[in-house]
Amino acid sequence: MRRFSWFNLTSLTLGFAFLYLPMLILVIYSFNESKLVTVWAGFSTKWYGELMQNEAFLDAAWVTLRVAVISSTIATVLGTMAAHVMVRGGRFFGRTLFSGMIYAPLVMPEVITGLSLLLLFIGIGLDRGVLTIVLAHTTFSMCYVSVVVSSRLVSFDKSLEEAALDLGCTPFQAFRLVTLPIIMPAVISGWLLAFTLSLDDLVIASFTAGPSATTLPIKIFSSVRLGVSPEINALSTIMIGIVTVGVITTSIISKRNIARAEADARAAERT
Amino acid sequence: MPANGAPIFAPWDDPDAKPLIRFENVTKRFGDFTAIDNLTLDIYEREFFALLGPSGCGKTTMMRMLAGFETPTEGKIFVGGQDMGPIAPNQRPVNMMFQSYALFPHLSVYENIAFGLRRDGKPKDEIHHRVEEMLRMVRLQKFAKRKPHQISGGQRQRVALARSLAKEPKLLLLDEPLGALDAKLREDTQFELMDIQEKTGTTFVIVTHDQEEAMTVASRIAVMDEGKVMQVSTPDRIYEFPDNAYVADFIGDVNLIEGRSSAAIDETVQIEWAEGQQAITAQTQRPIAAGQKVFYAIRPEKVTISPDRPADAVNAAQGKILDIAYLGNLSTYHVQLPTGQVIKSQMANTRRISRRPYTWEDQVWVSWTKTGGSVLEG
Repeated sequence: MRRFSWFNLTSLTLGFAFLYLPMLILVIYSFNESKLVTVWAGFSTKWYGELMQNEAFLDAAWVTLRVAVISSTIATVLGTMAAHVMVRGGRFFGRTLFSGMIYAPLVMPEVITGLSLLLLFIGIGLDRGVLTIVLAHTTFSMCYVSVVVSSRLVSFDKSLEEAALDLGCTPFQAFRLVTLPIIMPAVISGWLLAFTLSLDDLVIASFTAGPSATTLPIKIFSSVRLGVSPEINALSTIMIGIVTVGVITTSIISKRNIARAEADARAAERT
Repeated sequence: MPANGAPIFAPWDDPDAKPLIRFENVTKRFGDFTAIDNLTLDIYEREFFALLGPSGCGKTTMMRMLAGFETPTEGKIFVGGQDMGPIAPNQRPVNMMFQSYALFPHLSVYENIAFGLRRDGKPKDEIHHRVEEMLRMVRLQKFAKRKPHQISGGQRQRVALARSLAKEPKLLLLDEPLGALDAKLREDTQFELMDIQEKTGTTFVIVTHDQEEAMTVASRIAVMDEGKVMQVSTPDRIYEFPDNAYVADFIGDVNLIEGRSSAAIDETVQIEWAEGQQAITAQTQRPIAAGQKVFYAIRPEKVTISPDRPADAVNAAQGKILDIAYLGNLSTYHVQLPTGQVIKSQMANTRRISRRPYTWEDQVWVSWTKTGGSVLEG
């Protein structure tokens, strides 16, 4: 085992403290007995219990989850299609313009995206609610999916698609039976990215949410303005827990996949 | 047709034979670059046809046009008399074996071979029967359940071949099929390919830059350069009777001598090629005019090396040995003439190396017969 020098040890400690100390404090205080956020009065899980009774938070959580699942799914379909056209379409008229337009939302300030969507929804008389948040989230997360999927498609051997056509596939069959299964990991990570972005979006959601539907980030933000309650600490701890489990699971799966691929490669060499 | 045995397979010599593939004045341009330049070519059924040329000569473009991945800018391509212009790749009676093999990594060997058959909606047991037959043909029954990355390069090559033959195409295209294999495996696979081609009776068109491979497997070879066909003929004619200096130089090793010819008398010409050197006497069927600039091409193995001038030699020149390339079975001697010209002579090493009769700086004679080389119009 390698020993760290004092310098390494200090920078490591400071770095991790900087990243995780705020969250650690939040997690600790979620188990605080006292209603006062800054005063420790003993261990308790009562705020978790109260959270489960809080209809407003539960509703917001449910809306957030629905929006995230639906919008990331639509964004994945559209983003994958866009990536496929951009990478495989060859040089067609207006290609540069189109690809620029796909990536523009990446650098567009969220406030502007949110405001323009709001104006659009008012203009066409669409009542703000779950539908408008879904549309808004699809719009901005689609370009992230498109970036992830096109980077995979660029390294994808084009002759695989040609082989599928050669063996009697229509272009759509070739995509469904050959391209899609092979780029699936990229499509899934695109979906996960879109899902996460939708989960924690505050700015765009506040422009496009209406009285009938509020997302969790909006709910948390507005309650904090009335003072931080231990319930919010509990809620945040649960969210941190979910994210941590998700990250660990993903990394375990990808590590296993790598290990399996290496084993296969060794098996191939032996034959 | 020989009087005694089976008829020789040579549909290209039969004026009544209908070609399976016809390129009719095909031109293909990519922007300003002309990949194929007004090319006309016939390929017959059951042929093993090789498109041979350096990289960038347009051979792969020709193949991709046959498969339908590229469309000709001008001209037409016919397969079995049918114009391929409006026909999509998935509708053509043509299958292709890709240079990278393009095996589907997410499917097993079995499913890869069954892929094309399933697209045709054939009944299940018919597909199973056909896949088993293909696996047997390429001797991969034991590997049916493996994924492509779990088998070796040579096995992958055979899966690719089985997959492209499974649909019984009229025409199989092979794009540098042996490029990724090592030398020993490649040689075995060449014979296997010929064997399979003969057994299935499929027309094969192979693209290669390896002239030995083309000579070994093909019934006819088209030598290409810069989008043009330089010569189409059987391997032996391409080697022994090249049409032009490019083909002579591209196929095998050759001594090219530039000179001026006399008029042909009784199919014999005299070629003046250097001051103080005896004119080359050569036989040719080409109508050569007096004073015409020509190339005389002679293969090194047709040049004999000897310590003295052979008494009966029609063509001979004296020089000194500049270099000896020892290849094991053969040695190539580079003999420099007083004119500075180097003539290569290849001799079989019938004796052990210690008994070799010539060494560096030796004065020797090189000689060749009247019919040994070709007179090519310059």
